[in-house]
Amino acid sequence: MDEPIETPPTATPPQGEAKPPPKKPTKKPPKSDPAPAPDYVLSSSPHIRKAISIRRIMGEVLLALLPATAFGLYLFGPHALWVLSLCVAGSVATEVVCQRWAGTRVTISDGSAALTGLLLGMTLPPQAPWWICLIGAVVAIGLGKHVFGGLGYNPYNPALLGRVVLLISFPAQMTAYYSPGWWGVDAVTSATPLGLLQEARIRSMGLGEATQLSMSDAFFGFMPGSIGETSTLALLAGGLFLLWRRHITWDIPVAMLGTVAAGSALFWWIDPSRYMPPQFHLMTGGLMLAAFFMATDMVTSPLTTRGKLIFGFGCGLLTVIIRLWGGYAEAVSFAILLMNSAVPIIDKYTPPRLYGTGKPPAQGPKS
Amino acid sequence: MSSAPSTALPAGEGLVAPAPSFSLAELGDDFRRGIWQENGVFKQMLGLCPALAVTTTAVNGLAMGLATLAVMIASSSSVSLFRNLIPANVRIPAFIVMIATFVTVVDLSMNAFAHELHKTLGLFIPLIVVNCIVLGRADAFASKRPLARAIADSVGVGVGFTLALVALGGVRELLGFGSLFGLSIFGASYPPFLIFVLPPGAFIALGLMLAAANHYGATAAKKVGN
Repeated sequence: MDEPIETPPTATPPQGEAKPPPKKPTKKPPKSDPAPAPDYVLSSSPHIRKAISIRRIMGEVLLALLPATAFGLYLFGPHALWVLSLCVAGSVATEVVCQRWAGTRVTISDGSAALTGLLLGMTLPPQAPWWICLIGAVVAIGLGKHVFGGLGYNPYNPALLGRVVLLISFPAQMTAYYSPGWWGVDAVTSATPLGLLQEARIRSMGLGEATQLSMSDAFFGFMPGSIGETSTLALLAGGLFLLWRRHITWDIPVAMLGTVAAGSALFWWIDPSRYMPPQFHLMTGGLMLAAFFMATDMVTSPLTTRGKLIFGFGCGLLTVIIRLWGGYAEAVSFAILLMNSAVPIIDKYTPPRLYGTGKPPAQGPKS
Repeated sequence: MSSAPSTALPAGEGLVAPAPSFSLAELGDDFRRGIWQENGVFKQMLGLCPALAVTTTAVNGLAMGLATLAVMIASSSSVSLFRNLIPANVRIPAFIVMIATFVTVVDLSMNAFAHELHKTLGLFIPLIVVNCIVLGRADAFASKRPLARAIADSVGVGVGFTLALVALGGVRELLGFGSLFGLSIFGASYPPFLIFVLPPGAFIALGLMLAAANHYGATAAKKVGN
């Protein structure tokens, strides 16, 4: 995960062993026979190592989430802080229990469990009860990650898996949203813009109250929704930071957001009385959060640019389909999980080019 | 039962000369094996379609298991009785016809005497015909064994299947509704963990139970090994 995958090997021999990724406990060969230093070092790729660790990456992603988190706390008050803390603590505790149980090294200090917990918390409604947070954290880390072998082996984004299990299991609690109130004092139940749209569609009342949402409110984030998803501005800032730090690449967010924009624009153009304009779909729901922070998860997304474009397109397409005609108001989490399960086959048909041959290898990199 | 002369047999490869006799211990082994050691769901991963589809409650699992048990006893005994008359080439169609007959009997009986339950289980009662456990025991066991052993085996495997379905249904009902056999366990304030009574919960629950069973088996094997 630390190394750029498509980087061609260079002539420089590896400068000793740089810090290996602390993913698995590495077994050192027995040092019984100190051989003389060889003239040439032959070793398998990767040959370029960077002084970067999982901990550093996770730390910078957490930093990128800071604006959206801070805005969510400002908007929804202390209970949102409670929800986020429970999710983070629950995730870290589950990671400790799973790794102790499996007898592997406890790696909570790399921050990946805390990041999963924070992402999970950001997708929950601000008034979520405590047990929702804990069940979500256990499902996300236990069933989403450690059942498959821990970080780097999970086929699905753990935070989204936790959220979807909660959404399917506890629909009443998971769709009880509140209008943003100053520190939650005047918290009133209120549907999200997408929820209003869905309700109007089911009752065949056109677009309903969703049209009253002002686009500037949506951009800055003054609307009901999950803790971390409302502010397009804060999420864009975090996403651009990640792009600048090169922890994510442009292809998945651009393909996903572009597909959602194009798809919703098409239907808006066909019938503006039944479908909302693309800017509404881009700025409501969890789309921005998911496109920058969840779809781009390096463990659960394809390897090559072509693969990432296909992946992003699929996420966007499924989002549009489920949002416009599906049974749930918000579609992003289902779309990404469904595309997560397609990643192995995308990787198989979009293999990275073999260095120097100009042709893709005959078979995919994964069996 | 087992005195039929093997000379009357067509020379099919699938047919083995009937064992001349059997002991009570053998019957006990045939019965016991199916309960856990060769449990259809937890050990052989067979019959998963009904095991996953109908086990939303413990009662549904029990009913499905008992229906399958009845079909298994009837089909295994008739397969065993006719084993010397069925040519090996057409044995599978012959077994299926026999199984289908008994499934129809069970289906119509359930519809008549337990109509509500029949409505709940719906399509999955007729689908017992293609349950691989039933066909598997008929072909792999009953068609080569005398009647008494075939019955002992089918009862064991059928009871094992029933127990597995009740266990899976119980876990799913307990988590998904907070009740067991329709009796409330966790009280009215329990928020139903709905995913466990929905299709994905069937896979998750079965996967977790298999993991627990394998863990238990591995630990037990280690203890024996030491």
